[in-house]
Amino acid sequence: MNEIVPVVEMTDIAIGFPGVKALDGVDFRLFQGEVHALMGENGAGKSTLIKALTGVYTIDSGTITVLGETKRFTAPAESQAAGISTVYQEVNLCPNLTVEENVLLGREPRRRGAIDWKGVRSRTREVLAELQLEHVDPGSLLSSHSIAVQQLIAIARSVEVNAKVLILDEPTSSLDAGEVAQLFGVIRQLRDRGVAILFVSHFLEQVYEISDRMTVLRNGRLVGEYLTRDLSRMSLISKMIGKELQALAELDEAPARTRNRSADGTPFLETEGLGRKGSVANVDVSIHPGEVLGMAGLLGAGRTEIARLLFGADKADEGLIRIKGSEHRIRSPRAAIDQRIAFCSEDRKKEGLIGDLSVRDNLVLAMQASKGWARRIPRRTQDELVAEYIEALDIRPANPEAIIRNLSGGNQQKVLLARWLVTHPELLILDEPTRGIDIGAKTQIQKLVSRLAAEGMSVLFISSELEEVLRVSDRIAVIKDRAKVAEINNDGVSVEDVMAVIAGGTQ
Amino acid sequence: MTSHQPAKPGNPLKAIFAHRLAWPVIALAALLLLNQLFRPDFLALRMQDGHLYGSLIDIMRNGAPTILIALGMTLVIATRGIDLSVGAVVAIAGAASCAYIAASPEPGSPATALTAVLIAVVAGLAVGAWNGFLVATIGVQPIIATLVLMTAGRGIAQLITGGQIISVSNDNYKAIGAGYLFTLPVSILVTAAIFVLAAVLTRRTALGTLIEAVGINPVASRLAGLRSRNIVWIVYVFSAVCAAFAGLMISSNVTAADANNAGLYIEMDAILAVVIGGTSLAGGRYTLTGTVVGAFIIQTLTTTVYTLGIPPEVTLVFKALVVITVCLLQAPKARKVFARLKATARPAAMEPAKEKVAL
Repeated sequence: MNEIVPVVEMTDIAIGFPGVKALDGVDFRLFQGEVHALMGENGAGKSTLIKALTGVYTIDSGTITVLGETKRFTAPAESQAAGISTVYQEVNLCPNLTVEENVLLGREPRRRGAIDWKGVRSRTREVLAELQLEHVDPGSLLSSHSIAVQQLIAIARSVEVNAKVLILDEPTSSLDAGEVAQLFGVIRQLRDRGVAILFVSHFLEQVYEISDRMTVLRNGRLVGEYLTRDLSRMSLISKMIGKELQALAELDEAPARTRNRSADGTPFLETEGLGRKGSVANVDVSIHPGEVLGMAGLLGAGRTEIARLLFGADKADEGLIRIKGSEHRIRSPRAAIDQRIAFCSEDRKKEGLIGDLSVRDNLVLAMQASKGWARRIPRRTQDELVAEYIEALDIRPANPEAIIRNLSGGNQQKVLLARWLVTHPELLILDEPTRGIDIGAKTQIQKLVSRLAAEGMSVLFISSELEEVLRVSDRIAVIKDRAKVAEINNDGVSVEDVMAVIAGGTQ
Repeated sequence: MTSHQPAKPGNPLKAIFAHRLAWPVIALAALLLLNQLFRPDFLALRMQDGHLYGSLIDIMRNGAPTILIALGMTLVIATRGIDLSVGAVVAIAGAASCAYIAASPEPGSPATALTAVLIAVVAGLAVGAWNGFLVATIGVQPIIATLVLMTAGRGIAQLITGGQIISVSNDNYKAIGAGYLFTLPVSILVTAAIFVLAAVLTRRTALGTLIEAVGINPVASRLAGLRSRNIVWIVYVFSAVCAAFAGLMISSNVTAADANNAGLYIEMDAILAVVIGGTSLAGGRYTLTGTVVGAFIIQTLTTTVYTLGIPPEVTLVFKALVVITVCLLQAPKARKVFARLKATARPAAMEPAKEKVAL
């Protein structure tokens, strides 16, 4: 588009892990002043390619050229020194340091050997101002800011080093619409300054909004490089999942389910005035058997906090929970599990995975935990369960002994889902089950939710994507400002209606 | 016990080197061979009066207390913990049992010896329960929680012995540390039995996996419904009981309880054995077999120092060098460096590297 020589050129890259071939003969080019989207399903190799470029992984074969120079990165510092900056999905700054300390960490201006704090402050102010972040106090703790602002501060850090290449890995997955707009403003500004930007996102609309060019990967192989304006959404998707358009249409309509459940009879779970100091207050919800209760609301509105109270991950200090009509105190996850409640956390890595253990060990963990350590699930039963769920949820690679850390996000999520499904819960709480997951896996999970509900399971479905909530839920509880503000029956409601409720606050 | 590395066809040598126990075992074998070179009868075993004798037996017997304590330490470390109190438990166990024997009306009878053993084990249980209580229930950091008894424990032992070294004469008691059974020293048999017990207890049940889960990700384990508190209790109690047995061995071997010096700094050797054996101090995946190999390496080192006639002032430095080498060989970073050196040494190595990932 602009220059003829790409800023970054990766040729014939291959990387493998035990039992998994992550990348195989992939080529990739990134030009100055463009936003380049890297597209593909989970497990397609996007994260691996990025990690190869950032020096987290050392490539097994192939060449990486940055600004015409061949590089062999063996550590992130080498990649950074070459002018490549990365902002990850989970912001990797130091939350316990201040904004200015983070922006200039390791590069503080000095005066006679000591850090020149005045210089630090003024330099940080300059950089923040460039990104229209004047309202951020450089002396405030990083952790006092929202994820969105933290992400922008991470970008500020890369601006400060004058990065030639900026990699944004799922930067928008925890941002609301306004924050996304702000981020895109910053991205465009940087692009116009000539920074080459590599953008990874599962949100198709965002990719079309921001990117100039895209590279599509599938199963660790290159599908092709396209100009965004030349590639329709449908053909992009078919390239990503390698299926024909007709199969896609099928995927699209499949999750729509018949909603015939009425909210009568004893609910499986009911709360009255449930709350926890400093967290959420006065929550009344009820979920009936076979019902999907959607939970909508902005990030930070209190959805996760409510889920954690129901599961006993945090202790409620007011109100009560009734299960099948009788009152129960749920003081720990264990107590919730004993009441047949299961909870898939939104934070896979921190709250879900046992990274160094195998798919098998992870999959049977909850079941084993409830049986106690003395009664080990017999190997054969484990094999059967694991094989069953690997097939049912299409977990790839289909290898029970693969270390779960090496799986892609979507497949990790499926293993965690399976961990709970094998315990046959009566209430399944899913907190952002499809975040950071590709369309194929997303549809699979949505379908699964509908099927589970049809079989009589109660599901609490929490998601930031209103379309998704509307598609799977029977009723929708709207959470705002740490309380439930409305409940909507999902019959012919549109996304706009729900947004109006969130915006208006009351029904 | 299960192999997590898929077999790599065509290159068995590589598979052996990739095994997590490879370097500890190689180091141990190298040390033993080194000794054999300097003393041709080093590896020889001979039978005398129905007892086996030889340097190997000596290494195993002298290493028994360290192995025992290191086994307990392995499980504690796997849960992200550490147990510094084991040396003090050695002293307490020895003090309690010897004090009991010395004060009993029949200081020579088998029943007295048995009761003394029980007292030591109960003392271990109590200490372990206390450590577990501090770590699991109160949530004190393991290093602080066990530091309490590391220092206070020796005080307790001194109180029990009244500040004296208590000597006892009871043949049954003496057998624990110095006796023979089926041609082998009793201490070796006891250690082997506890090793087998620990292996069966953790790998035939789900305990081992759950210990690893707690060690790798405590938050996720709790959310999966794991009662990590119980798991943590179990490992501290097991560690203290192992230390109590070690205390029995040590005091029985010299038929005396020395509250000041019994098991002094043994926690360091035990932690070292765990690390050399390949279990990370960060918690998670552990290997009991590796720990035993690690403890053997430490003990063999001591023997080697004598065999080679290394001057005493160089001894500790020599030990340190060997330990550092073994630890370095196992570090992922060092392995990466080796791989890179190999790759740069012969660029053609790219092709086999590619094959490796094709699995």
